Amino acid sequence: MTDTLPGTTVGATAGVVGSTATTRPAPVAGAAPAAGAAGAAGRAPLDPYALRSDFPILATQAHGRPLVYLDSAATSQKPRVVIEAVDTFYREYNANVHRGIYEIGERATAAYEGARASVARFINAPSAREIVFVRNATEAINLVAATWGRTTIGRGDVIVLTEMEHHANLVPWQLLVQEKDGDLEFIPITDDGLLRLDVFEVLLRLKPKLVAFTHVSNTLGTITPVAEITALAHAAGALVLVDGAQAVPHLPVDVQALGADFYAFSGHKMLGPTGSGALWARRELLEAMPPYMAGGEMIREVHLRRSEWNDVPWKFEAGTPDIAAAVGLGVAAEYLIGLGMDRVAAHERELVVYALETLRREVPGIILYGPPAGQRGGVIPFNLPDVHPHDVAQVLDRFGVAIRAGHHCTMPLHERLDLVATGRASFSVYSTREDVDALVAGLREAQRIFAG
Amino acid sequence: MDDLYRDYILEHYRRPHNFGVLDHPTASYEGANPLCGDRITIMLGVRDGVVAEVAFTGRGCAISQASASLLTDEVRGKPVEEVARLTPDDVLDLLGIEISPARLKCALLSLDTLQHALADAGAGLVSGTEAAPAADTAPAAGAARPDAAPAAEPAGAAEPARREAAR
Repeated sequence: MTDTLPGTTVGATAGVVGSTATTRPAPVAGAAPAAGAAGAAGRAPLDPYALRSDFPILATQAHGRPLVYLDSAATSQKPRVVIEAVDTFYREYNANVHRGIYEIGERATAAYEGARASVARFINAPSAREIVFVRNATEAINLVAATWGRTTIGRGDVIVLTEMEHHANLVPWQLLVQEKDGDLEFIPITDDGLLRLDVFEVLLRLKPKLVAFTHVSNTLGTITPVAEITALAHAAGALVLVDGAQAVPHLPVDVQALGADFYAFSGHKMLGPTGSGALWARRELLEAMPPYMAGGEMIREVHLRRSEWNDVPWKFEAGTPDIAAAVGLGVAAEYLIGLGMDRVAAHERELVVYALETLRREVPGIILYGPPAGQRGGVIPFNLPDVHPHDVAQVLDRFGVAIRAGHHCTMPLHERLDLVATGRASFSVYSTREDVDALVAGLREAQRIFAG
Repeated sequence: MDDLYRDYILEHYRRPHNFGVLDHPTASYEGANPLCGDRITIMLGVRDGVVAEVAFTGRGCAISQASASLLTDEVRGKPVEEVARLTPDDVLDLLGIEISPARLKCALLSLDTLQHALADAGAGLVSGTEAAPAADTAPAAGAARPDAAPAAEPAGAAEPARREAAR
């Protein structure tokens, strides 16, 4: 992983951060921004200006101004190759998968399974058979809760989450422990949004069955020390689920190096189509888990009173899948592999540094939340004093600048930070310094309108 | 920009009319927009079938706050039956600005809250009896603007409660 910044210290949390830095896997890229990372990869830094022409929507306008899209944490834009892959599927070889004994049916199956192989390669899964296609990260987590969870969690069993989980990695576990009479515990965060691993080590004395947490916070951008948490959890006998929805679009992710047991992510945040996503899990876990949904495809044999299940991963893919979306996801994975995720990470890290500096300097009074640049992905949550984030977003919209305003599906985190709502700007491969400058101009206009 | 954040909208946001609490409301309701966290509590003092007093507290965006300010102005002194017939279009007319679909919930939170308050008033409204504090009329402390003047408004609310924004 490239998200380690050796030697970074943050006031009172230095102990946590320091231990993070020393126990993560060897970083692929160094602490230096773009140049250092690119040097490690032996390639020039990512050029966001060059690749912007790959994204047709970035040439459009909003309210008569060029679209400045700063809501990639909600969903990313799609490169032409992904759009065309979906289009080509429907135009040229639309057929159901794993069925047709005819040319386009075989082509559809090959494309669908080829996409699975691409996704496996993208996260360095040992086998494509460990990739289950789902609609999004939410479905991936619900799948684990409904199968592994319902057969594993019993009365009094503990699941450890964190205070900054997206609702998708919170509510499924609430439902599970309500049904099974289990308990949830939460790793607290510091005011900067870093996990309190000292408290986590205490929580591990409860012998949790599962530790489930986000790899990158969708609200604060915090990059969590996955390998370290996983090692601690495993030592205490717990399995580990990582919500990687905000990580795979922005960082190199190697599930084998991370060591987790389940890794969930959405396709639409990583340049792929909506309705695509994946669950990775270790093969023996998938083999032992009962089916999720029942129906066609997930069976080997069906009799009137009993059935036998298909092999993994198809055991978990009942019914006709979103074939076009899966094919598009495979293309998105290949596109990102081509860019080089280490270069993507370096680009976004450099942009976060620029954004934090520029916002602090150019927007008087702005309140910025989250950890220092070295420990966060491309997410900038903020507030302007005396202006509600909805009004901020509305003013920015007139400048063609799209940000998110609200609680970003992390209401408990907002409660923890005593916030009603925040504005959030977030980046992707195509984001530029000029996008940040447009944000700054719009924020100053919002301040002008609401002053007085 | 001027089409949405017109001066009078911003004026109602900065210095909302009827902002505060009633000493003895006959009905009170806290409405919330879970999507953005906006909250508004509306308190009514109904006497003889007429909205004699009205006040609100809460926090939220300019649109939701201006809407509550304008709406509470509108209903004071009006018969309850007339207030109950107010429609979303009436509120949008009061605002007098183009509201995008995404902001409709902000604009209409005050009306929704007012209608719940009226419904909660129930029997009290029908009998038209004297104001008597209901059990649930004390506004939650958390619902008040942190920067709002804490003073309870006098009956009639002649002077709008002023929001002393820290700027």
